[in-house]
Amino acid sequence: MATTATAPTTKSWGGGKSPFNVEYGKVMMWYFLMSDAFTFGAFLISYGTIRFSTNGWPDPNEVFKSFPFAPEGMNAPLVFVSIMTFILIISSVTMVLAVQAGHNMDKKGVVKNLIWTIIGGIAFLSCQAWEWNHLHHEGAWWGSNPFLNHDGTASSTNFTNYFFTITGFHGFHVFSGVIINIIMLIMAVTNKFEERGHYLMIEKAGLYWHFVDLVWVFVFTCFYLI
Amino acid sequence: MSHTAEHNEHAGGGTKEVIKITVYLTVLTIIELLIGFWMIDIPLTSVGLRMGLKGAIVILMMAKAFYIVAYFMHLKHEMKNLIMTIVVPLALFIWFIIAFLYDGNSFKNLRNTYDPYFKEQSTKKVEKKEHGAAGKHEEGKVEEKAAH
Repeated sequence: MATTATAPTTKSWGGGKSPFNVEYGKVMMWYFLMSDAFTFGAFLISYGTIRFSTNGWPDPNEVFKSFPFAPEGMNAPLVFVSIMTFILIISSVTMVLAVQAGHNMDKKGVVKNLIWTIIGGIAFLSCQAWEWNHLHHEGAWWGSNPFLNHDGTASSTNFTNYFFTITGFHGFHVFSGVIINIIMLIMAVTNKFEERGHYLMIEKAGLYWHFVDLVWVFVFTCFYLI
Repeated sequence: MSHTAEHNEHAGGGTKEVIKITVYLTVLTIIELLIGFWMIDIPLTSVGLRMGLKGAIVILMMAKAFYIVAYFMHLKHEMKNLIMTIVVPLALFIWFIIAFLYDGNSFKNLRNTYDPYFKEQSTKKVEKKEHGAAGKHEEGKVEEKAAH
């Protein structure tokens, strides 16, 4: 066994030690997220293919220019969606802090940061609900597109179909993330993790939550910016 | 408890690192938004500049994705074996994106060349419809409904 001790980095698969050095659940969460990344990737690439095969496309600054409680006809492109983006980034930061508090067996820190993360998730979902409702009132829905292309030509329903499908699928992920975080919060408050002696489950919930934030980075860019 | 000890060992820079990455992500997002606001005033005819700015936004997006995965999801501090089993399959995306977008673009060019109806319909300017009249292409239909 002396050889393994002298050259530990080259003998990962030689037996006697864990080649990944993480527990089973975390490896499986990573593989689940990888498959989920392919699902979202397929959606976004399909959207890109259709967009590349069409002559015109609606201008996002024309479609997403509204803001809650603003007077009718106000022109504020990118403002509302940038608030949504920052909400999700900040909730991701509080999730990292919850995971770190878990490493230090700091129950109070875990509970506090999980509550902030859940509030961020609910705030994001509320923003999205408002936006969907607003667009629906303007006549946009699956199979119905009231907007013209940027160059003034007639637009197809591809734009609204992809927008509602992809942001809907992402919103459903945010919703599941909030549910998972609420379960983590209940388990932390009821001392389930203290009894186990570790907070490793928070780490897996954290991975899922960061993935949701990661997908929003792509959705935000593909639909609102370019 | 051995798990906890192992994780602390390669936990990275702690709270200081989290603050640093938060600042990076915020700054990158603000730059993206500034480019977005700039693009509103650039006419559609300057195709090259618009494409260049969109490319810049995509590069900033990839940087944000890297910081989230590497630091928030902690992948940078994992074993190289684990990093490889995740990153190598995702490299398929490089081919997916190039192949599918190229195919979409080629389909557009073929239709513009060989389908005059497609070309005519997609380059004809139309009047903006009034609020709520979505999907109703014939004016007669709207009047008929109003008469009822």
